[in-house]
Amino acid sequence: MNTSLIELNNVTMKFGGLTAVKDVTLKVGQNDLVAIIGPNGAGKTTLFNMITGIYSPTIGEVTLDGKKISAKKPSDITRLGIARTFQNIRLFNNLSVLDNIKIARHTRINYNFFDGIFKTKKYKDEEKLITEESIKLLKLFKLEDKKDHLARNLPYGAQRKLEMARALATKPKLLLLDEPAAGMNPTETKELSELIRLIRLEFGIAVILIEHDMNLVMEIAEKIYVLDYGNLIASGKPQEIQNNKQVIEAYLGADIDVENVSGDSL
Amino acid sequence: MDYYLQILTNVGIFITLTLSLNLINGYCGQFSLGHAGFWGVGAYASAVYGVFFALPVDPALNMFISILIGFSAAALCGLLIGIPCLRLKGDYLAIATIGFSEILRIIIMNTESIGGPRGFTNIPKWTTSYWVWGLVIVTTIFMLNLKRSAFGRAIISIREDEIAAETMGINLFHFKLFSFIIGAGIAGIAGSLVAHDQQFLHPNNFNFMWSVCILVMVILGGQGSVTGSIVGAIILTILPEVLKMINSDVATWRVSIYSALMIILMLTRPQGIFGPHELFEKKKFQSGRVS
Repeated sequence: MNTSLIELNNVTMKFGGLTAVKDVTLKVGQNDLVAIIGPNGAGKTTLFNMITGIYSPTIGEVTLDGKKISAKKPSDITRLGIARTFQNIRLFNNLSVLDNIKIARHTRINYNFFDGIFKTKKYKDEEKLITEESIKLLKLFKLEDKKDHLARNLPYGAQRKLEMARALATKPKLLLLDEPAAGMNPTETKELSELIRLIRLEFGIAVILIEHDMNLVMEIAEKIYVLDYGNLIASGKPQEIQNNKQVIEAYLGADIDVENVSGDSL
Repeated sequence: MDYYLQILTNVGIFITLTLSLNLINGYCGQFSLGHAGFWGVGAYASAVYGVFFALPVDPALNMFISILIGFSAAALCGLLIGIPCLRLKGDYLAIATIGFSEILRIIIMNTESIGGPRGFTNIPKWTTSYWVWGLVIVTTIFMLNLKRSAFGRAIISIREDEIAAETMGINLFHFKLFSFIIGAGIAGIAGSLVAHDQQFLHPNNFNFMWSVCILVMVILGGQGSVTGSIVGAIILTILPEVLKMINSDVATWRVSIYSALMIILMLTRPQGIFGPHELFEKKKFQSGRVS
């Protein structure tokens, strides 16, 4: 593995008496494609929320390029190069598809407020560039013909794609995808896995995804981390995870030898 | 003739006010009900300058200084009120802003040196139609250009989804505070125009009802729409006068008719006349719709 881009060092997240994530350590390299899996409520999204600054870990720290980012504002973390999508899609619904992408360029804007108000040459040049680049990005996601549609009028699959495109428009080093295949049919999922590969190749970024669709995870992930009740119970290559006893137990429950179980242990 | 000119001036002042509230309410999606307070602060600050500190220079220059003072005073209040209040959302923010604007009004009411409950008199007449309509044009251009710049887009994205906006790298607090300060400042400019137009101010002219009135203009035109705000302000400023003019029966019932028209409009077009769009871009969006 090459040098690590993001590191979580012994992070724990407590909500009152509930420990949502407990002592998790993981490292992701510059161009890795990593999946986090686990049953519902295992703390996967909480992990994402800690990386993106929505929560600050109770114990431990998150570093990006060796610099501590936990306790920074989400907006600052985006500026440093982490982008994400949401489990329940969060688009700017009443704005056009193109505007959704343009908003994501916010942290990379070089003109100042007065350039915008007085429409200086700098403003015009940069806006032109932003529009061109945004359309290029939409083309990659095959959404360019829908650029003037309102985001809320897109079909579900297209909304998911738009959310990914919008995250990429922030020019991240690390992209976090929270259940990108949720609610998609097998054909769409297939398309999605190709798209994720393409993104990684084209932009040279690292991707972490949370996913329940095991076909997708096993197909594209290079390394898998498994969470259960906030604990990291396993990590490794897809084949290793598939045969890991603890993982199978977490998903399907442990085998119980019925005949040998005495009444009081139940 | 003077009467019509006065209505025209009022229309201009209300357009400025409506546009300024549209920045806070329509663009940024923050439900503020304290706009009359900022308007009043601007008016009184300008009046204080006009009465006590006016320089012996050309009225136009004095008016310019007075507008700057009105803007700064109201923007400062926006800053001071915004910092604690903008942590709140929706209805809670609305109630907090009502509270603050009433506090401002009551402070004015109890300050003897600026007339207190008797009202502030002898304010020099500096406002001209040029000032009013010049500022309407400046504010309109400001709002339109802001909307098309990255900063306007950032503000609008906060209205759409705060969490998503923050994840896109937008500092929520900065942009909310920015719209609050600028919105308050522009309301202060409108206050300055009123002070030097009517030459008399009374604290009750800036009470809660006026905040509601400005909000209604924004909603009628369409939240987030600049042209909508202009149309909303024109309609709601002229309508009561027109109803007054028709005949004495209508004049008696004008408040009821006015309210009934509002109800009908909101039932038939809850998003306001233009929705979030502008007069000239409406077509493009309709044809772009899938459903």
